[in-house]
Amino acid sequence: MSDEPNKGLFSPLRRKLLMGMAAVPAITMLPRASFAQAPATSAVNTTGLAVTDTEVTVGILHSATGTMAISETGSIEAEKLAIEQINAMGGVLGRKIKFIQEDGASDWPTFAEKAKKLLVNDKVAAIMGCWTSASRKAVLPVMEQYNGMLYYPTFYEGLEQSKNVIYTGQEATQQILAGLNWIAKEKGAKSFFFIGSDYIWPRTSNKIARKHVENVLKGKVVGEEYYPLGNTQFNSVINKIKLTKPDVIFTDVVGGSNVAFYKQLKAAGIDLSKQALLTISVTEDEIDGIGGENIAGAYACMKYFQSLDNPNNKAFVPAFKKMWGEKTVIGDVTQAAYLGPWLWKLTVEKAGSFDVDKIAAASPGVEFKGAPEGYVRIHENHHLWSKTRVGRAKLDGQFELIYETADLVEPDPFPKGYQ
Amino acid sequence: MFGDYSLGDLGSIFVMQGFAGLILFSVYVLMALGLAIIFGQMGVINMAHGEFMILGAYVTWMTSSFFQSYLPSLFSGYFFLAMILAFIASGALGMLVEWVLIRHLYKRPLDTLLATWGLSLILQQAYRSVFGAREVGVELPQWMLGSLHVTDSIEVPINGVFVMCLTVLITISVAYVMYKSRWGRQVRAVVQNRIMAGAVGINTEKVDRYTFGLGCGIAGIAGSAFTMIGSTGPTSGQLYIVDTFLVVVFGGAASLVGTIASAFSISQTQSTLEFFMSGSMAKVLTLLAVVGILMLRPQGLFALKVRK
Repeated sequence: MSDEPNKGLFSPLRRKLLMGMAAVPAITMLPRASFAQAPATSAVNTTGLAVTDTEVTVGILHSATGTMAISETGSIEAEKLAIEQINAMGGVLGRKIKFIQEDGASDWPTFAEKAKKLLVNDKVAAIMGCWTSASRKAVLPVMEQYNGMLYYPTFYEGLEQSKNVIYTGQEATQQILAGLNWIAKEKGAKSFFFIGSDYIWPRTSNKIARKHVENVLKGKVVGEEYYPLGNTQFNSVINKIKLTKPDVIFTDVVGGSNVAFYKQLKAAGIDLSKQALLTISVTEDEIDGIGGENIAGAYACMKYFQSLDNPNNKAFVPAFKKMWGEKTVIGDVTQAAYLGPWLWKLTVEKAGSFDVDKIAAASPGVEFKGAPEGYVRIHENHHLWSKTRVGRAKLDGQFELIYETADLVEPDPFPKGYQ
Repeated sequence: MFGDYSLGDLGSIFVMQGFAGLILFSVYVLMALGLAIIFGQMGVINMAHGEFMILGAYVTWMTSSFFQSYLPSLFSGYFFLAMILAFIASGALGMLVEWVLIRHLYKRPLDTLLATWGLSLILQQAYRSVFGAREVGVELPQWMLGSLHVTDSIEVPINGVFVMCLTVLITISVAYVMYKSRWGRQVRAVVQNRIMAGAVGINTEKVDRYTFGLGCGIAGIAGSAFTMIGSTGPTSGQLYIVDTFLVVVFGGAASLVGTIASAFSISQTQSTLEFFMSGSMAKVLTLLAVVGILMLRPQGLFALKVRK
């Protein structure tokens, strides 16, 4: 990555010139090089995907406009970084990855339409994309009908599994259970107050959390509250929290509401260094908007924090900042999005083919040792084995790692006893 | 549900819940005032109201960043300057929009709905392009954070008190401008009968422009104040627009008192219900009540009798 020029200075003309210059040696070397390493296109692509002797096309499908652009921007950036790094290492089966980016525009039918366009018109070999469960649910039938491959980055509620999707984020039990166990043990927590935004992910997550608190931890849920998406007034529920005095506030509030919730919590005099709060919806990205001073002391349950201290992450964070600016932060989902292109590359190489059926079959067992979160592996159910981690928010908007599970946690999208 | 709690606990919760209701009331009034002028007085359905608020919020964010970098010693007082700048920025943009867009639509009030909705989309994308898609965090001076300890168990949020004072101040100013000043009389004359007002020598175009600018400017102040309690992002304005229209329509379009009365009743209902049930259910019941009352009284709580 050291020879990556400053992106800001790239003019289209200069880019073209550079690409042209780069192609000169490539063309002269082509016959020998391609015979030496790249297998013939007819062998690796039997289903008419957009694969040539030198290039393979993938799709990036996120919201670059609309409400969800706040969250999805990081994922787009991570996927582009991964693709660039893979290309710098020589691409996939000797072919450079070219990407076509489509904008889902925070609108679920648009996601489905664009997914269809990518699969039918552009014949992309894989799609990195979607963020909300709603967009994934809209895209899923398209992926299954036209036999595409989707790498989906967000932690989500589970209860889904498809041959045509690899879920690089955590499903609900992976995210929640270890965090609850930890806080129950560490803080001796017996009473929990749940507060979430009112849609499928918080409701499903809280259902799982409630069963776990009541049946496994033998604790008590003293309140469970939902607010409409976009709600900005939380004073009443904060009063309820004060009245019930729970040991732990467990939150999955999302979007702009998140900011309002923590600002008002702080203003109401609830000191997060004394009152334990465990969130599954705040990453470094969200803290940017919330402000470190409003959330310092809170615990977040994720699989990745920007501050993780391992060699992979120490290479990943500077590369990301170099490409997207010194001030950008990297949240859990951004990291999961970064895994998408890499896992796809590794799977293609394992299968020795770009064909979707072969990739789907080859996926289980694929390992990625270079993941910023540490080692990950794809499970038979197309989710990832990964660790659960608890971090504590600091004033500067970063998390300090407090706890991580000793082993990888098995993904369990259809948890028995939790439904 | 109160069996397990001591009398002292309950007492202080009721006090704090009362404050929560009052804060919600102030927030509603503050966000609705600008719209009450634009929609109530001028009849323009301004769907871009939230975006004018967020412009104020972004101005506050820029002011805060500026003070942090260049004048850290004066940081504790930047918020007042930020509010004034927010008023000027949103007001100026409002006047520009009136001149370019709105003045052609006074005779077609329903079209203003579409035009301003389009405007709101344009502004959102403009914010996204200029400030980035991610939310920005507005840093506040230390004295504005936290809460006032009244007793051991009663704590009042400082930002809530701040919003309340601001709301009172702005409401009084608006009431004075609209009902006591010469200019306010002109505004009301134009609203009631544009042709006659023009005939007696009022420059109706100018009155329209300044009225629209004032409404947007107040939205800017509201947006600036809401950086204390909410988020600042390209689409944050959307969070307020529904509640704002609800308050103005329920209050009776052309009445300032109506707006205040409606903000009070909606906020009290909402915050009381929120305490006894889930937030979503509270919202549903509040909306049901509003719809029910509007069916019986389509003109809203208070309505001026105006000859059309």
